[in-house]
Amino acid sequence: MGKGLSTLRRSSLWQKLKWPTLGKGTERSQALWAYTFLSLSVLGLFIFTILPIIAAFGLSFVKWTLLSPPKWAGLSNFQRLLNDKYFWNALKNTFYYVIGVMPGIAISLLLAVILNQKLRFTTLYRTLYYLPTITMWTAIALVWRWLYSPQYGLVNWALGLIGIHGPAWLSDPHWAMPAQIFTSWWKGAGYNMVILLAGLQGIPQIYYEAASIDGANWWQRFRHVTLPLLTPTIYFVVVMTFIGSFGVFAQIYIMTEGGPGQATTTIIYYLYNNAFKYFEIGYADVLAIAFFVIVFTFTVIQTQLQKRWVHYT
Amino acid sequence: MSARVKDPYQRVSQALNRTLLHLILVGGAVTMVMPFVWMLSSSLKTNLEVFHIPPTFIPTVPQWHNYVDIFKVVPYGRWFLNSVIIAVTQTVLYLFVASLAGFTFARMRFPGREAIFTLYLATLMVPGQVTLIPKFLLMKQLHLINTYAAVILPGIFNAYGVFLLRQFLMTLPDSLEEAAILDGASYFRIYWNIILPLAGPALATLGLFGFMGAWNDFLWPLIVINSDHMKPLSVGLASFHGLYETNWPYLMAASTVALVPIILIFTAAQKYFVQGIALTGLKEG
Repeated sequence: MGKGLSTLRRSSLWQKLKWPTLGKGTERSQALWAYTFLSLSVLGLFIFTILPIIAAFGLSFVKWTLLSPPKWAGLSNFQRLLNDKYFWNALKNTFYYVIGVMPGIAISLLLAVILNQKLRFTTLYRTLYYLPTITMWTAIALVWRWLYSPQYGLVNWALGLIGIHGPAWLSDPHWAMPAQIFTSWWKGAGYNMVILLAGLQGIPQIYYEAASIDGANWWQRFRHVTLPLLTPTIYFVVVMTFIGSFGVFAQIYIMTEGGPGQATTTIIYYLYNNAFKYFEIGYADVLAIAFFVIVFTFTVIQTQLQKRWVHYT
Repeated sequence: MSARVKDPYQRVSQALNRTLLHLILVGGAVTMVMPFVWMLSSSLKTNLEVFHIPPTFIPTVPQWHNYVDIFKVVPYGRWFLNSVIIAVTQTVLYLFVASLAGFTFARMRFPGREAIFTLYLATLMVPGQVTLIPKFLLMKQLHLINTYAAVILPGIFNAYGVFLLRQFLMTLPDSLEEAAILDGASYFRIYWNIILPLAGPALATLGLFGFMGAWNDFLWPLIVINSDHMKPLSVGLASFHGLYETNWPYLMAASTVALVPIILIFTAAQKYFVQGIALTGLKEG
């Protein structure tokens, strides 16, 4: 590195920001310029991503409440994690939520398949479905909190029209999570739909023509042409939805605050409380590590499983 | 079956199919739009009418002053300004850092290129939530808590932008900079004058998603900002909710105003949004 720096100083590059275009120096100075261009990005990546990743692992071995200096804690944070019933509850809730969100992909698929039919107003529909995706979770969560209001909310009023007495939704421990999940369907449908639509449009028309000539009806065409050829896109959507919903936070924070009781406390919400309400830095960090391990493991498992059902042409 | 008998039958069944499909689509559209209608309608009601059963969709007397009041009862204007400053600054810096690095990886040759790029990719495997606590401690150490810098800085160096722009810039032909090199142009000029203008669509897409992510982000600013006057809208709205828990007209007016900029940008640049997620699967935040 020292040699490189002295070369840089000796070269005429410092005087005139010009490039020696020919000759032996070209490659070396190209490399020096490349390092110069990268320096800002690499420095930032190091300080704000790589260092924090390393620190995240280190902090998990520390007992630290921010009020007193950090102390080495060995594996005690991990021990505590395994014995913490609130952690297991949060994990259960997170899985409940994630598994609940998945069927929303089927809604997106249905919408994408219909929009792929070259009907009228396709652009308008697509815009409307996409609207929830781009909006701020905080504002949307407030709206849904109001929609789910037991006595004055639009949801229970609409249910009342067809003779159903709706539950108290967000303040009912059994219905709070389904309500959260439904809101996520609503917010995520358009995003997955657009990706799936792009996947559908990438399927060569010739496959459909061949299937038609063989006398396949629309269901057979969907089942044996569309679905297999769409599996790479579906796989992508499943993995992204999984990773995204495992970190659910804003809607929980606004709509239910983890409640009623602990009914909607998810991993990241529990982590947030531990770190920034109780200032249990070490323990909260172990939750972050657990979060990472689970997301990583499931991504690896899904990558393995995809070999069985994803068809690449 | 002769063609004459088959034709009308097919036409009717096709028309039926199309009607059914449109019915599904309209049903979906109503579900998607209704919460926004309800938000807008509630925002224009009195705090009495909002609790009326059956609900009135069109407020009897629209309470436009709700939209003025929210700027008085909480520092809503300041929150809005904070959000604008944060989102614009972060997007501009993000685009600059990511495009310069993406250019270097895609168009320049230097020892260690593949290794460094692999490191960038590796960081993408770690979700942002994992590093929340160390990043918070870092900001505390740097005395940046309650500053714009704390909110803006980490997002600028996200490796995703570098990855995306590298992929895009690699598709451009090599011949582009050859003439420029012969003319003795510096590498920075090649980046700035030749490559950047050609990266327009990719930059627009990345910029839109960057802006949207910054505008909508909640968890990170919630952690590093606690002074009321430094809050961006997302965090401000949450504290507004804490203060005026049952004043739905105010809360809905505040939510509406928070959504307007993004909806406007989306309508104007929808093409890039659709292209962006279709091609790359970019996701907010």
